[in-house]
Amino acid sequence: MIEIKEYYRAKSVEEAYEKLMNVEGAEIIGSGAFMRLSSRKINLAIDLQEAGLNYVKIENNEIRIGGATTLGEIEKNEIIKESFNGELVKALQAIWSVQLRNIATIGGTVFPRLGFSDLITVLLALNTDIVLYNNGRMPLEVFLEEKIRKDIIVELIIKKENRKLSFQYMRNSFYDFSILNAAVSVDENKDFRIAIGARPGVASLAKKAMGYLKENDDIEEGAKIAAEEMTYGSNIKGSKEYREMIAPVLVRRGLEEVLK
Amino acid sequence: MKIALTINNVKKEVEISPSEFLLDVLRRLDYMSVKKGCDTGTCGVCTVLMDGKPVLSCSVLAASADGHEITTIEGLSEDPEFKAISNALLEEGADQCGFCSPGLILNVYAMKKELKNPSEEDMKKYLVGNLCRCTGYVPQMRAIKKYFEVKA
Repeated sequence: MIEIKEYYRAKSVEEAYEKLMNVEGAEIIGSGAFMRLSSRKINLAIDLQEAGLNYVKIENNEIRIGGATTLGEIEKNEIIKESFNGELVKALQAIWSVQLRNIATIGGTVFPRLGFSDLITVLLALNTDIVLYNNGRMPLEVFLEEKIRKDIIVELIIKKENRKLSFQYMRNSFYDFSILNAAVSVDENKDFRIAIGARPGVASLAKKAMGYLKENDDIEEGAKIAAEEMTYGSNIKGSKEYREMIAPVLVRRGLEEVLK
Repeated sequence: MKIALTINNVKKEVEISPSEFLLDVLRRLDYMSVKKGCDTGTCGVCTVLMDGKPVLSCSVLAASADGHEITTIEGLSEDPEFKAISNALLEEGADQCGFCSPGLILNVYAMKKELKNPSEEDMKKYLVGNLCRCTGYVPQMRAIKKYFEVKA
């Protein structure tokens, strides 16, 4: 059961942050999606829908997405539709259902660093920075390793570059969480980015493989290196061994697609 | 706390608890077409339109719906598109127990407004969050394809 004592709609991110820091048991509410699955007590639920964090825009060759923008609004945005060969939209549309994407926000998806997140894997495979109200701008991969618990995602910034993207996943059915996911991208300078997630831990970059592929053309070997530098675990969705077996296959398929 | 909702074009002030979800508030207000199924954001039977967009009312905190417009199928009863969708479902025998019909109809209604000339694959992806335990989806797909081909 979820128990909320008080609900507050902040008019700005400054105001939301002030409440977050000064009220004990205050939490930012991404949207409420999946919240009823958890059991916790929240003294003050802070809603960001009127805090001005709802936008997708381009500035200085960067795509800026406000933290309170819903996944549904992002996938329908023209800037997103034409970016990365339309692959970013395809990846977004593979997330759960239309009805859920109309509720879930990008900040609410990224901030909890959920292991099953497909979106984090995809964002990691692009050059994505995250802007936090207090901790400032940092690469997404740094944020995923930091233990920041009390802050607000103001926006996500994706570098708009000529980068080919491919998102791969293994699921029992299309409408399910991924047992394993992988996203691969490459630009014209052979700068590869490879992320593997749902292992079941949160996605991370396969840096060794990214370095290897910069100098070598053997994608079979690159995929193997990427898969081997990750750690895997077992959960209700699949075993560690199963994930180890399918990881190089998903990465290879991703590489083949971006190099086509 | 008090929230203001416009439900099916009628403005209402509703007293809610901050922990309540929209689904439970709507059913408390007697909008019984909004069904409670899985209650975990999966089955789609609790679908309503919020500002015209389909959402899962089981996953929207009632407090966050404050100030928004909610549409349930009670609000569409005179809408020609609603009649065309429900007739198509009836004609194809896609209404076995009827439990999933309100959510499905609302999502088809939203899909028609959003997608231009969708393929069968596009339709399936749009409707992936509407589960049906009776039929196997074959009559529904037949009905929805038919509905998209004829003008309401």
